[in-house]
Amino acid sequence: MISQILFIALTIAAIAFFSINLKKVIRNIRLGRPADRSDQPAKRLTTMLKVAFGQTKMVVRPIPAALHFIVYVGFVIINIEVLEIMIDGVFGTHRIFGGLGSLYNFLIGGFEILALGVWISCVIFLIRRNILKLKRFMARELTGWPKSDANYILFTEILLMTAFLLMNAADAKLQLLGSHHYISAGAFPVSQYLQNLLPANEASLIAIERGCWWFHIIGILAFLNYLPYSKHFHILFAFPNTYFSNLEPKGEFTNMQSVTNEVKAMLDPSFTPPEGDPGRFGAKDVNDLTWVNLMNAYTCTECGRCTAVCPANITGKLLSPRKIMMDTRDRMEEVGKTLDKGGAAFEDGKSLIDDYITREELWACTSCNACVEACPINIDPLAIITDLRRYAVMEESQAPSSISSMLGNIENNGAPWKYSPADRFNWAKEN
Amino acid sequence: MTEKLNIEVPTMAEMMARGEEPEILFWVGCAGSYDERAQKTTRDICKILHHVGIKYAVLGTEESCTGDPAKRAGNEFLFQMQAMTNIEVLNAYNIKKIVTGCPHCFNTIKNEYPGLGGIYEVIHHTQLIQDLINDGKLKAEGGESFKGKKITYHDPCYLGRGNGIYEAPRAALEVLDAQLVEMKRCKSNGLCCGAGGAQMFKEPEKGNKDINIERIEEALETSPNIIAAGCPFCMTMLSDGVKMKDQNDNVKVLDIAEITARANGL
Repeated sequence: MISQILFIALTIAAIAFFSINLKKVIRNIRLGRPADRSDQPAKRLTTMLKVAFGQTKMVVRPIPAALHFIVYVGFVIINIEVLEIMIDGVFGTHRIFGGLGSLYNFLIGGFEILALGVWISCVIFLIRRNILKLKRFMARELTGWPKSDANYILFTEILLMTAFLLMNAADAKLQLLGSHHYISAGAFPVSQYLQNLLPANEASLIAIERGCWWFHIIGILAFLNYLPYSKHFHILFAFPNTYFSNLEPKGEFTNMQSVTNEVKAMLDPSFTPPEGDPGRFGAKDVNDLTWVNLMNAYTCTECGRCTAVCPANITGKLLSPRKIMMDTRDRMEEVGKTLDKGGAAFEDGKSLIDDYITREELWACTSCNACVEACPINIDPLAIITDLRRYAVMEESQAPSSISSMLGNIENNGAPWKYSPADRFNWAKEN
Repeated sequence: MTEKLNIEVPTMAEMMARGEEPEILFWVGCAGSYDERAQKTTRDICKILHHVGIKYAVLGTEESCTGDPAKRAGNEFLFQMQAMTNIEVLNAYNIKKIVTGCPHCFNTIKNEYPGLGGIYEVIHHTQLIQDLINDGKLKAEGGESFKGKKITYHDPCYLGRGNGIYEAPRAALEVLDAQLVEMKRCKSNGLCCGAGGAQMFKEPEKGNKDINIERIEEALETSPNIIAAGCPFCMTMLSDGVKMKDQNDNVKVLDIAEITARANGL
């Protein structure tokens, strides 16, 4: 009875704590400017199903794609087991679905095989990150917390899977002993090999079984609450992120309505721009970005596929699209913490540009869209880079001097070079 | 084979004065108008249009920058000023269909002008060539033979990833009976030449290599006779790369339009 109360209290506390943190994340995302992504719901749904659910963009890199798919399927399917754990925990039952007979055996057997798959995949992931030191995971933005974060996640998953398998091994052994409460249920294709590692004594087996059961469920609840602090949020955000992703051609940049109003007013004196302050042109800080950009930042799992294909990064420039996303999230979290304390959010003298993302990074971008194409969950670092450039150029008139002269040429001669408009058609006359 | 332009290029103004309307407007672009190397491509596009008998016209001195480099550099004001001025000209001439000689102009007019009142059917010149081949109006005969030549095609970002056009330029090369080889990074995974996003107009940031060198090394790995391009900026970056690698005598960088014109003896 005490364990049932403890279980219910823990579950409620974990869900409540997660909800509070999730609410904060949603509040932070809402700091962003509006963006209308309510069009084409059918196409959005298909995109989500294909890209997030079907992981179609992962296959470009087949090895991590296969390993990731195992972990993903394992995560989704083994969580069916959590349903049983929840019911058992609340009602003090044991293997409540055991009555399903051969179907139950099939399920538990399947979970065990998946658990082994997840275990092996996570070990390989750890090797890739820490022993093989793949270039993608060795960037300057992946030191300190982001590096530990990735390792913590992989370790936790390995521990959870180990606990699950040990629990089954102890359970099966108890079933054989005919221990009271341990009904004969389940098939154990993997954990049967662990049985010999366990003691024969019934009391110790019960302790191991219970210990692993509690570790497994507490581990899952703790993992849920770790998400808001981690890059691992993508397991939830991948779905809305792909649903609300850009459906227009990648080459198309948004036309700023605030600018359209100003330009129309300049060209046509009879045009009256709508009332109200047009606001800042471009983005100086996170609240100048759209909520889609901000959701992108929470969704990023720092895999670095964007940075690995970025022509600027490949050739040794400072720019890393992954860092753009990480910086955006870090700044958002900083602003969020100020808000939590009841402070004024954007009066700390800091901003996304300069304090997080430098001009050198911004101006190294070729706007080639390789990062956008490479992202397995449709994150768009280029949209953020563009908005920061807009701020630098339109609000501050700050750009590399050659860019300023290019802009001056367009303004004066209608071409980015210093040629006379009168000579524009000379190509047809000269040979 | 000659670069000489023996044909009259009709302007919209002349056509309007005659009370005529073209089937298609050829949007030349700044590079195509002023850059010596790109001018050759421009003239070849005209030759192709003339050869197949399409009624076309150019804006001539009435054309102005689409605003693309301004927009990518972050100057939305200047972009929209350019866009609205151009749209006024295009709409005054009642333009319905446009072919561009540059993927940047193509992307800007096709995707970014409609929201500002400029709604046209826009194609890139490689799509025009593909259409003409499909309709049987254009072949690869009567000119230089590319048989057996090794050609590798470099995808311009704003044509490929930007707008999903990967097949048209390749279709234009397929009729040549040449040997088409792909670079390691091609199509949606293609590597930028280094000129996009207004980089064309500035020195690169500090790094350990120039992007066009990285790209040209990859192109040279396919040991091509010809590197095919579809963008005047890529053309500059790739040609510079070939020069830097001292491969001028072995490898030519040619636009798809130039290759098509040569193959047809135009």
